[in-house]
Amino acid sequence: MHGRPRKASKPEEEAASAAKAVKLRSLQSQFMTYHHDKIYTKEAIELSTKLLEINPEAYTAWNYRKLAVEDSLSRIGPDPSLVKPILDEELRVVENALKQNFKSYGAWHHRKWVLSKGHSSTGNELKLLDKFQKLDSRNFHAWNYRRFVVELTNRSEQDELQYTDDMINNNFSNYSAWHNRSVLLSSLLANRADGFVPEKKIPDEYEIVHQAIFTDPDDQSGWFYHLWLLDQTVNVESPLLTSSWPSHGSSVILSGAGCFNGSPSNFTTFCSETGSFPLILYFDQAVGGVSSLTVTLDSELKGNENLVWEPISNKSSQVSCVWVARLNFSSQPCGSKDYKVKVRLGNSPGIVSSRGFNFSAPYEFVFTAHVHDPAKDSQERIVSWTDGFELWDAQSKDLNSLVTLGQLNAGIDLKWRQAAIDSEIECFRLLADSKIGKLTLARLLMASEAMMSDAAVKGVHYEEILQLYNDLMALDSSHHHYYKDEHSVAFLHKVTSSSESLSRYLFRYRDMNNLVCLRLNKLSLSRIASVNKLLFVQMLDLSHNELHSTEGLEAMQLLSCLNLSHNRIRSFSALDSLRHVKQLKVLDVSHNHIGKHSVDTTRYLCSSPLSNSDLSQDDVRRQNPGLVTKYWDAYFVLRDLNLKQLDIAGNEIAGDEFNSFVLQVVPKLVWLNGQKPGN
Amino acid sequence: MSDLPPYPPLDPSNYDLIVVGTGVSESVSAAAASSSGSSVLHLDPNPFYGSHFAALSLPDLTSFLHSNSVSPPPSSPPIPPSNSHELISVDLVHRSLYSSVEISSFDSEILEEHSRRFNVDLCGPRVVFCADESINLMLKSGANNYVEFKSIEASFVGDSSGELRNVPDSRAAIFKSKSLTLLEKNLLMKFFKLVQSQLAKSDDDTTTVKISEEDMESPFVDFLTKMRLPPNIKSIILYAIAMLDYDQDNMETCRHLLKTKEGIDRLALYIKSMGRFSNALGALIYPIYGQGELPQAFCRRAAVKGCVYVLRMPITALLLDKETGGYKGVRLASGQEIFSQKLILDPCINVGLESLSSLTDQQNETLRVLVPKAMINKEKIARGICVIRGSVKSDVSNALIVYPPKSLFPEQLTAIRVLQLGSGLAVCPADMHVLYFSTLCKNDDQGIKALLSAMGNLIRLPVPESDSVVENVTCEAKPLLLWRALYVQELVKGEFGGVISSMPSPDENLNYKETVESAVKLYEQIMGSEELFKEETSLENTTEENEGGVEIDEN
Repeated sequence: MHGRPRKASKPEEEAASAAKAVKLRSLQSQFMTYHHDKIYTKEAIELSTKLLEINPEAYTAWNYRKLAVEDSLSRIGPDPSLVKPILDEELRVVENALKQNFKSYGAWHHRKWVLSKGHSSTGNELKLLDKFQKLDSRNFHAWNYRRFVVELTNRSEQDELQYTDDMINNNFSNYSAWHNRSVLLSSLLANRADGFVPEKKIPDEYEIVHQAIFTDPDDQSGWFYHLWLLDQTVNVESPLLTSSWPSHGSSVILSGAGCFNGSPSNFTTFCSETGSFPLILYFDQAVGGVSSLTVTLDSELKGNENLVWEPISNKSSQVSCVWVARLNFSSQPCGSKDYKVKVRLGNSPGIVSSRGFNFSAPYEFVFTAHVHDPAKDSQERIVSWTDGFELWDAQSKDLNSLVTLGQLNAGIDLKWRQAAIDSEIECFRLLADSKIGKLTLARLLMASEAMMSDAAVKGVHYEEILQLYNDLMALDSSHHHYYKDEHSVAFLHKVTSSSESLSRYLFRYRDMNNLVCLRLNKLSLSRIASVNKLLFVQMLDLSHNELHSTEGLEAMQLLSCLNLSHNRIRSFSALDSLRHVKQLKVLDVSHNHIGKHSVDTTRYLCSSPLSNSDLSQDDVRRQNPGLVTKYWDAYFVLRDLNLKQLDIAGNEIAGDEFNSFVLQVVPKLVWLNGQKPGN
Repeated sequence: MSDLPPYPPLDPSNYDLIVVGTGVSESVSAAAASSSGSSVLHLDPNPFYGSHFAALSLPDLTSFLHSNSVSPPPSSPPIPPSNSHELISVDLVHRSLYSSVEISSFDSEILEEHSRRFNVDLCGPRVVFCADESINLMLKSGANNYVEFKSIEASFVGDSSGELRNVPDSRAAIFKSKSLTLLEKNLLMKFFKLVQSQLAKSDDDTTTVKISEEDMESPFVDFLTKMRLPPNIKSIILYAIAMLDYDQDNMETCRHLLKTKEGIDRLALYIKSMGRFSNALGALIYPIYGQGELPQAFCRRAAVKGCVYVLRMPITALLLDKETGGYKGVRLASGQEIFSQKLILDPCINVGLESLSSLTDQQNETLRVLVPKAMINKEKIARGICVIRGSVKSDVSNALIVYPPKSLFPEQLTAIRVLQLGSGLAVCPADMHVLYFSTLCKNDDQGIKALLSAMGNLIRLPVPESDSVVENVTCEAKPLLLWRALYVQELVKGEFGGVISSMPSPDENLNYKETVESAVKLYEQIMGSEELFKEETSLENTTEENEGGVEIDEN
């Protein structure tokens, strides 16, 4: 069935096929007449049989037969001895059609339909399937149908698993068999069928797939299964909290509008015009159901009894990895008073992952808030990214409290998972001369790092991972972008793996109350990662990289200054995630590619946002509908931000027209492209 | 044979070709000649077809081996050349191929009861490779209509530990193998892929060379080392797939150091064999009722084309022209004189040295190929047959086992091959198996010793023998020996002598590749480069039609 060359047809064959087409057309037109007139006589049904035997793809004919069967069933009543011959005839027609083309969707579907009526022997179906699957062991139609039939029988999943064993032994280059294996195993493991515990079965499966991968590394089917196994090993079912801001045991200094001129040694200073600060929860997978019912707060800060939790996600769904609530501190009396806040979650059910698993391990964390008077600082000075930075000389314990993660790995059956990954790493070092071998090794090493809890050895793999991705970029240029992204992810994991490595990139910005600034510039990053460990960052320099989008930054709710200059941003849509960062005041997107590419692919993903009647008409849209239509992506992003300073110079889009449009959309803007507007 | 009723005289008494002996090579020649329109008389001194390739019952086999292991005394005093003729007659002598024949029965009662249900090969262990030249020839000639085959289910490599490990000869077999490490699987499959791409290359011959010319001329064993294959895999490739005999790592004892080129050819045959018939389980098949079916099939084909067959008819003398010394005909045991243009003889037929002295140079030249050669330093093949109760490996009936050199004992110089066949092939009663053993040897003792070692590894002897190499006789899991034959066979090459040609004895190989190739070559020399079975011109049709005809039963 596979790998057979197509033969050019000979003239006589072409003539035969032309004759067949004529015959088929006349059959078809006769058939359509019967169908439209709802004629279900014996003669009419036989005609459809003939048609389907020649062309099993005639979907209408299959539907006609369904109607015809329903028609005759309605007339003969429920007597099984009368019903069965009618259904058997259908099975016979399908079988003939499948002999003609056993990849006919219509035929397989019709067979399912007949079977679902009952009355037919599922045993016969399995025998028939064995025959088909012997002829073409990879035919996914047959495999699909097999799953359907097995569901109708009481054949055990173990037996079916054995069947995939046999098929794989026969020829392991069989995606369908491996796939069915993953389906069956998922179910057996989820139901905890006897002997089917992941810590035993998953390593066994690794052993099997190794045989395939090592025998023929060029065959992809085994690699796909390996990827699935790796996923089973790494991913824990129930969601976990990976980090929060403020983090456990930390202190934050809160003040109102303007800037607080307090002691710079104490680290997290947060100023807010609204008198509130964000409480951020970062989960390892998208969850829903975060609310004041599922997250309880014991707080000395008054007025936070019914917190509103918001998912921070680009998609307007109710699941997200990141959830934010805003805690009010403005009603507190001022003065250097400490308020303790205790956050508890997991005590009552309700936080559920998108795959349906409960956040089940109860967890709590405590932080201290110092509320200070707001300082008077109305000077709207320009933020410069070139000077005013000092390497941050923080004590490592201060840093530790920032990057130490809360619940990670607590109470998880990590032992077998780590053991499995370790033995995989050892195994795949042997295959590291192939591309897929290198990639798998890199993935395994990343997985190993993710599971490490021992600080002493954490981070040992990153150099190797980065080297592997570098090798891959050189070896396999067609997947360069993917490797580049993975390289960036690994690099950022490395940076955030310890407070020591992170501190090399941390600075304080003198001019703005010693804001904590993370400078990850000139690192040729193409993707953002590890944001969960960077929630405390207030100023972020990502200039001179290769970023295409700001995706991931939405979790950084404290971020007030962001430098994205000299990157590869192609449109304002790529900055969409920043709309969630309410604190953002300073944005530099100069020297990117905004407006350079006339075709913006992201546009096709949106269904004409301007026609959406939900969006309220504002002044800008009323006054300048033409410009809004022209710069709609900029309009949607900038409208939702509270920017004071924006740099867009060095982009195609920049120009007088756009500048004036920006000023209309963001009237509060103080600095545009380094100048005060109006000057 | 003297008590047989006298034959009626043959008519006609003149043929294009007389063939004596019904071995594979002789039968192929007879069939080819008949199908090209020549008149052929095919004779055999034995009462059965196949000569040294026959499959016989145990008593027949016993008596055949015994009677062919000693040179029979000249049946009658040489008949003086009659002067009434213009012909001179030269007496023929029978050369015995077998030595050290030793046959022992350990359960005569049972064997007697079933004695006629055995079809035991004289030339075992022997199988047919699906892509082997013999299959092609059968398809070409139509002889395949008379034979049915079944698959050899498994092939193993053994060693002194007694463990039999599957030969990883295909992708699926490598995948399933329990004895290879992951890295070994990887290297072995890579090597197979290299061989396959090398084979594909020769088909469209424009693509880049995968294996360099230099490597192709280097020893195969060195090439395997260069491919980073570990010793155990090298040994599997050399002895269980390429089916080599001599220890390729031992320069002193290796009489045939295989070049990479030849090694690739051997692997190619194996690989092509694996995929040739969709209903075959692997590369190897075996004819139901034994190897004797093969020569018989060609004989039937020849008979259909008009070849005349007479069994139980030895020839006693050759008739030469007195003047020219040229060949004229033969004298049959019945006394009748039959004439032909050409003569093809079984390897056992020689000219007595004493007869030669009285002949002229011309006459000697005619008889050149029938003069026995000095057998100095020539290798022989030791063969063994065992009838056992049970099987050497549970769940497997028909299997090939190879013991590479040095795998059983340090002095083992050549590979030992073992073929187990079951009742499914109609060669023995249901609960038994027939085992064939063979190994090349310099002398009888060496060969027999090697065979006994392999036997002891697989089989339990009913009575421990004092001088036996067998150590683990107590091992209860091993099958029980019921009957055993040991013999050493000379290896005689075929020779083209113009008008008179001598055919080869069964060779040391597992398959018929060389036998059939040399038969084809000899035939072309004898008949003047005439293509075999050219009459069946619609080759494509025949092959397609007959492809399924080489029937390989699934059961």
